[in-house]
Amino acid sequence: METRATRFGLWTWTVLVVLFLYLPIAIIVVYAFNSSNIQSWPISGFTTKWFASTWHNREVREALVLSLKAALVATSIALVLGSAGAFAVSRFRFFGRETISFVFVLPLALPGIITGMALNSYFGFWGWQLSIWTIIVGHATFCVVIVYNNVIARLRRTSPSLVEASMDLGADGWQTFRFVTFPVISTALVSGALLAFALSFDEVIVTTFTAGAQNTLPLWIFGKIRLGQQLPQVNVVVAVIIALTVIPVYLAQRLSRESGILRRR
Amino acid sequence: MAAGADTAGRPSWAARRRLSAAFWRRGWLRGTFLLPPPLAWFALLYLTALVVLLISSFWRVDPFTTELVHDWNLDNFTRIFTEPVYRTIAVRTIGIAAAVTITDAIIAIPFAYFMARLASPRTRAALFVLVLLPLWASYLARVYAWRLILAKEGVLNWTLAQLGLPTVGIAYSNWAMWIVFSYVWLPFMILPVYAAMERIPDSYLEASTDLGAKGWRTTRSIVLPLAFPGIVAGSIFTFALTLGDYITPTLVGGASSQFIGNVVYSSVGIANNVPFAAAYAVVPLAVMGVYLLVARRLGAFEAM
Repeated sequence: METRATRFGLWTWTVLVVLFLYLPIAIIVVYAFNSSNIQSWPISGFTTKWFASTWHNREVREALVLSLKAALVATSIALVLGSAGAFAVSRFRFFGRETISFVFVLPLALPGIITGMALNSYFGFWGWQLSIWTIIVGHATFCVVIVYNNVIARLRRTSPSLVEASMDLGADGWQTFRFVTFPVISTALVSGALLAFALSFDEVIVTTFTAGAQNTLPLWIFGKIRLGQQLPQVNVVVAVIIALTVIPVYLAQRLSRESGILRRR
Repeated sequence: MAAGADTAGRPSWAARRRLSAAFWRRGWLRGTFLLPPPLAWFALLYLTALVVLLISSFWRVDPFTTELVHDWNLDNFTRIFTEPVYRTIAVRTIGIAAAVTITDAIIAIPFAYFMARLASPRTRAALFVLVLLPLWASYLARVYAWRLILAKEGVLNWTLAQLGLPTVGIAYSNWAMWIVFSYVWLPFMILPVYAAMERIPDSYLEASTDLGAKGWRTTRSIVLPLAFPGIVAGSIFTFALTLGDYITPTLVGGASSQFIGNVVYSSVGIANNVPFAAAYAVVPLAVMGVYLLVARRLGAFEAM
């Protein structure tokens, strides 16, 4: 159909787009090894000394611990609420179902600044002090959406006859859940949890409004870049964060491709 | 003894099974137990927060005590519409969001076409992961990377100098914001456009060729109209995400590159004037509301 010239043109375009997507990421990783603390290109020499100094930076450590804690708790809440929502809404038509689906995706569809502001003024309204718990509430709200979407997509692809077969063969509800439903959705849960974790770990916009005086890792990075302080350490943190967020997403992608004991087609 | 245990176990087993079956057959019963927790979370924390936000945009802050005053007025909105600086900022935000959306569509369409129609299944799977990974790789990291690239002593100017071209000073400007936004949101455009293109049956393109249409004619009359819902779906992300951002303007924009988000952020964080921030945040909310209505008309929701 396409002429050879068109094919070649499209191929070149695709290669260029991939380069466009990855060159900035490669550059930031190179900067992490920059021996000078002046951020100019080309880097003046190769060193790993900033990795050690970043590791011993107390602020970075505290921010990392806070980020990990918040992401873990938010992901756990999201797993419970997201899968409960998905089970309730799937295979069950009722009045207001579409509205509920719409409400569940709202935190992702609305600009983050609106979610952040809304939560900020709401916490203020009740007189709640901003703490790790307010960060978690903000993160969990959009993490629920990720888990919900993953689980409901899997449930839609799963044939209900599997559960019926299990019950016909004499299994009770718990056994059916344990041996049929759970294995079917387990990879969707894991991939949803991984994505939720990555999203929470990286979130800045909502977090600036819910964190108060404390720093999560992204907030620490944002503050340092804005003030132009400790940039060599920022480079290291940023390079490490890229690795830390990319790995769970890569795993999640692999998990959602194969759907446990059920393969479609 | 064994028989007794058996008969004793029997009714409870049957009851459990009956209960399970009832739960399975009656969706509302399952819903009654499973829906309240997530629904309560969203209703009590999120939706109420949004409502409080909207209401507070009609309140004001006492300039002397910095206390919230709950008297209903439209002062915040009047200020937004009459003071030219807020109009300029709103127009800049919406304008750059539109420019970014168009740029991403132009970059994504040929790429998605190659991915969906020309690439082998293996290449397609690889490209899919290659597009997906940057989407999740830290947003801040990617914006910061561009700050280093566009800096006066950065990669861009170094490359231009090597090529014997004049250097450019686009760091901290609207140009920088346009480039960075187009970069960070590009995967959001590629994925839905790819999904739409993949669904176009081969036979349509063959029929078009058989009827004598040249490549460009087929693209314009078959591929683009069928991919359009995907483009609109992608544009929802690129547009909404740009509209609500204030990190990129802070990091790569210049002194006169404020976005709606920056004003909202400083109104909350520095001026402590939540009512005004809330009123200004209604602007992107309203723009997005209209955009989503139009997008639904254009069939974007089926393409997501």
